[in-house]
Amino acid sequence: MTIADPITELPQVDEEEALRARRRRNESIGRWVLPILVITLSIWLWDRIVVWNELPHYILPGPGRVLQALVEDWAILFDSLLVTLQITLGALAIAVAGGVGLAVLFTQSRWIEMSFFPYAVILQVTPVVSIAPLIFIYVDSRLAGLLICAWIVAFFPILSNTTMGLNSADHNLRDLFKVYGASRWQRLRFLQLPSALPYFLGGLRIAGGLSLIGAVVAEYVAGTGGIGSGLAFRILEAGYRLNIPRMFAALFLIAVTGVVIYATLSFISHMALRKWHESAIKREV
Amino acid sequence: MNTATNATPDSSGVVPFGARAPILSLNNIDKVFGRDVVALKGMSLDIRTGDFISLLGPSGCGKSTALRLIADLIHPTSGSIRWQVEKTPGALSVVFQEPSLMPWATVADNVWLPFRLQGKSRASVADDIAEALELVGLENFHNAYPRELSGGMKMRVSIARALVTHPRIILMDEPFAALDEITRFKLNNDLLELKSKIGCTVVFVTHSVFESVFLSDRIVVMAARPGRVIHELHVNEPYPRSEEFRTSSEYVAHCRATSDALRDAMEEHA
Repeated sequence: MTIADPITELPQVDEEEALRARRRRNESIGRWVLPILVITLSIWLWDRIVVWNELPHYILPGPGRVLQALVEDWAILFDSLLVTLQITLGALAIAVAGGVGLAVLFTQSRWIEMSFFPYAVILQVTPVVSIAPLIFIYVDSRLAGLLICAWIVAFFPILSNTTMGLNSADHNLRDLFKVYGASRWQRLRFLQLPSALPYFLGGLRIAGGLSLIGAVVAEYVAGTGGIGSGLAFRILEAGYRLNIPRMFAALFLIAVTGVVIYATLSFISHMALRKWHESAIKREV
Repeated sequence: MNTATNATPDSSGVVPFGARAPILSLNNIDKVFGRDVVALKGMSLDIRTGDFISLLGPSGCGKSTALRLIADLIHPTSGSIRWQVEKTPGALSVVFQEPSLMPWATVADNVWLPFRLQGKSRASVADDIAEALELVGLENFHNAYPRELSGGMKMRVSIARALVTHPRIILMDEPFAALDEITRFKLNNDLLELKSKIGCTVVFVTHSVFESVFLSDRIVVMAARPGRVIHELHVNEPYPRSEEFRTSSEYVAHCRATSDALRDAMEEHA
């Protein structure tokens, strides 16, 4: 008589677990395959619409035509991309410095916060298109004007998120710092700034996209062309010349830039938080 | 009874209360929040070396207020709090109901915090950190992050952080209230073991009669509205107390006496 060894029977995957494993595998494949599939299909559909309706390229160019423009006009477009990128990153850098600096100032003094926070809100809710013409009247340097416009759009999420983060430090830890006689600077450095990091990084991701939008909008308003113009000006210029494929190519570059900025900032955020913050930790089940 | 000023254990291994050197005294403390919320009225308490004092009472009896007063986080409306020994940085530490660890710092860095705030480098206090972590049984978790630990282990880190400066007084504000019963029992035992090992002085806030009897040698029973002390009971059972103490007839008798005192406290304002 033999009795089945219970140990050898144990490692049996039940139906529910098998289903879960299958679903997880499908999901990880789908995450990449589905968007690629949708994009491929849309491009194909776009191409077909153009071909089937015999649309002229100055109304709607096909994807091939846009690609051709991208390659042929690469020299012009790439120079413009660099200009836009320079303004975007410059504005983002100032937004980070200004946003974090103001947030720290606000949390150090309730008086300063009460005095200046309303101005930050006013700056935020006023559409930048409507302030930009004024800025270009009073600021001589075109580059400085563009930077200011992009900064206005980008700094607010950093300011408000970082302020919230600095104030969200564990209240028991605040008490503990007090018990151990920590200085104001120690509390900021060892408690409030680390507590604010996840909030700041969340704001940074929003601000990255916004500074690109700010840069593009400001270029539209500034509108002057010639050497050293960004992608927005190229779009305007191509529009006047009915060079629609180039418009699409420039638009494509702006979109790609936005995605790259977002992906980069998400990656930075993940790397900074991966060891300790809930948002960056993968959970089982 | 031994009346000498330096504390020496009597035959049963207990240092008599009168023989213990005072560390801090609260004299007739009143604390009023706002205009008319009397959180604490006429509280006096001497904390002496080696005491394990439980503050026991219903919600709103001012036990946490008393703890915050001792920690110098708030100040009395009237009355005085006097340190009888020199108050050095790190002479007093606090353990809260939540572990309150810094999630971005490793276990060892969390324990380093009290020294870091004194401007001491981690290398210079590495031995103290290692010793504190060994006392709470986490010697293998120096580089773990808090999120990797269970609730009980996080609380141990919090206790290690409180121990690392060799404080004269450790304040504990319902530290085990949020833990499950099994973990709480284990931590109670470990806390007593710690006490026998390093002879720390503890002021412990709790809602639990059983916890207060098992842990402490002085139970201060408080009533609410206004918060005040209405009884002080002594649990004259020698340390170390083992798990068997929980089932002994003495333990039961102390629990009954404490429950009666607590009932008094509840009826005072009813």
